Amino acid sequence: MTVALLALVVVLAVAVVVLAVPALRPAGLRQRRSSPPAAVGSGRILFPFGAPGPTSRALDVALRLARNESGTLVPVFLARVALDLPLDAPLPRQSRIAIPLQEAVEQRAASFEVPVDARIERGRSYRHALRQMIDHESYDRLVVAAWAKGGGGFDPEDIAWLLRNAPGEIIVLRPSGN
Amino acid sequence: MPRGRHKIFLGMAAGVGKTYRMLQEGQAEAEAGHDVVLGYLEPHDRPATLVQADGLEVLPRRGITYRGNRIEEMDLQGILNRAPELCLIDELAHTNAPGLEHEKRWQDVEQVLDAGIHVYSTVNIQHLESLNDQVTELTGTRVRETIPDALVAEADEVVLIDITPQSLIERLRAGKIYKVDAIQPALDNFFKVENLSALREVALRQVAQDVEAKRIPSGDGGAFGPSVGARPRDERLLDTAAPQAVSERLLALITPHPRAQRIVRRTWRSAQRLGAELDILWVATRDPTAEQQEQLDALRRLASVLGAHLLIERGDDIVAVVQRVVRERGTTYLLIGTPSSRGPIERLLRPSLDHRLLRALPGVDLRIVADRTLIRKEESE
Repeated sequence: MTVALLALVVVLAVAVVVLAVPALRPAGLRQRRSSPPAAVGSGRILFPFGAPGPTSRALDVALRLARNESGTLVPVFLARVALDLPLDAPLPRQSRIAIPLQEAVEQRAASFEVPVDARIERGRSYRHALRQMIDHESYDRLVVAAWAKGGGGFDPEDIAWLLRNAPGEIIVLRPSGN
Repeated sequence: MPRGRHKIFLGMAAGVGKTYRMLQEGQAEAEAGHDVVLGYLEPHDRPATLVQADGLEVLPRRGITYRGNRIEEMDLQGILNRAPELCLIDELAHTNAPGLEHEKRWQDVEQVLDAGIHVYSTVNIQHLESLNDQVTELTGTRVRETIPDALVAEADEVVLIDITPQSLIERLRAGKIYKVDAIQPALDNFFKVENLSALREVALRQVAQDVEAKRIPSGDGGAFGPSVGARPRDERLLDTAAPQAVSERLLALITPHPRAQRIVRRTWRSAQRLGAELDILWVATRDPTAEQQEQLDALRRLASVLGAHLLIERGDDIVAVVQRVVRERGTTYLLIGTPSSRGPIERLLRPSLDHRLLRALPGVDLRIVADRTLIRKEESE
């Protein structure tokens, strides 16, 4: 009787420990708790954009691509630094544009369940900032939107430069027919 | 010989009334029986300003011929020879003509102060070296003549001459600042409400920070009080034990992970609303991995764009390091990411980081930045 009671106590104690310590918990039970922090996907998809921000169409294309490949979207805000400022000067005005844009991209990405690893790159021009981006970032694909009236995007010369100079696959999104 | 006291009249732009106020205070000191002279006055043909100078002794200027032009500059030697109790010197950021003792007028002022003469001077906020880039970005106008920030930081008093941008523009339109032919170009370029509002904000913040940095026991209150010139400069240091009087300072506690960008962005938004400085801290318990280094590089670039300070501190005890940084930086707000979930036994054995921080940092607000991806996952479950 005593042995049986002791065994019961031991079994109960083990059960409590297993349920309490996440690492020992069975996988099915582990999923019920809060998920671990957002993981970074395997492939990295670079998505540069400037001050007007990306169109939702371009962003959705980049996000769908990232989701299909279980990748991470790397939205890169390109900040242009005026010639009379040091290249590393703080940019409060552009920050006020960049930060809400990055937040909006992240919010949209959350609805696609795509992890995001945001960046800000600076340069004297978009081309310069793109060059910095390529130098700093490792990536698998680069998604750029071509210029469209009222919709931001990169002009043909910048895109041609990217095609010549950026390693890896580059996907150029045409402006919408509308 | 004790160094003279320096009082700076600071404004957001030309025409706010810095010189006018300096002259008023100079007149008051003269009426109180002190020996006051005008070392250099730049009245810009403003009649109201000239009236304020009435009755004050004006020291002769020093004539310099440069590239065939006759230029009149402040006579430093004349001031030193005259040795008044108080000297009023306009336009602190002025660049002297070649051939004078110093390149800049603020250097002349330093020599006058070193001679034990009290100085009242004037300067606009955009001339401060560290604010020059910020002001250029805000207004699109770069100012070439700058003064070191230390000059303002070490001044005994800084008086902000503040008026609303609308009042300043009215003053400009009424011809009280520039001559008629210069009014419209000024309105078209620099004197815009948005420019002036931004400059005003910068000036107000600068003086608030200055007040905080100089948290010293109240002294004589006037230029000629009992402690005039008697207090060594080193005594006017921060009193770290004193309460934070004026400005907020935010600290984002991060780890080098993509999530950190969101915490930094949130903290920056709060810092903007509060007009506060922003620090970003990673407590490194070991050397960063290649991935962490990549994230740190990205965070460094983000911090530089935002004008924030990225701090990397080594230490095994995160709470102890945060406590030290908070004390050193005068942090008033701490923002952290969502703590990872822990089992009941872990919770029993060791309180969570947020609880430990709350306990270790009395008087510091703690905010936990929500992780949107977790909300989404909870919703989908």
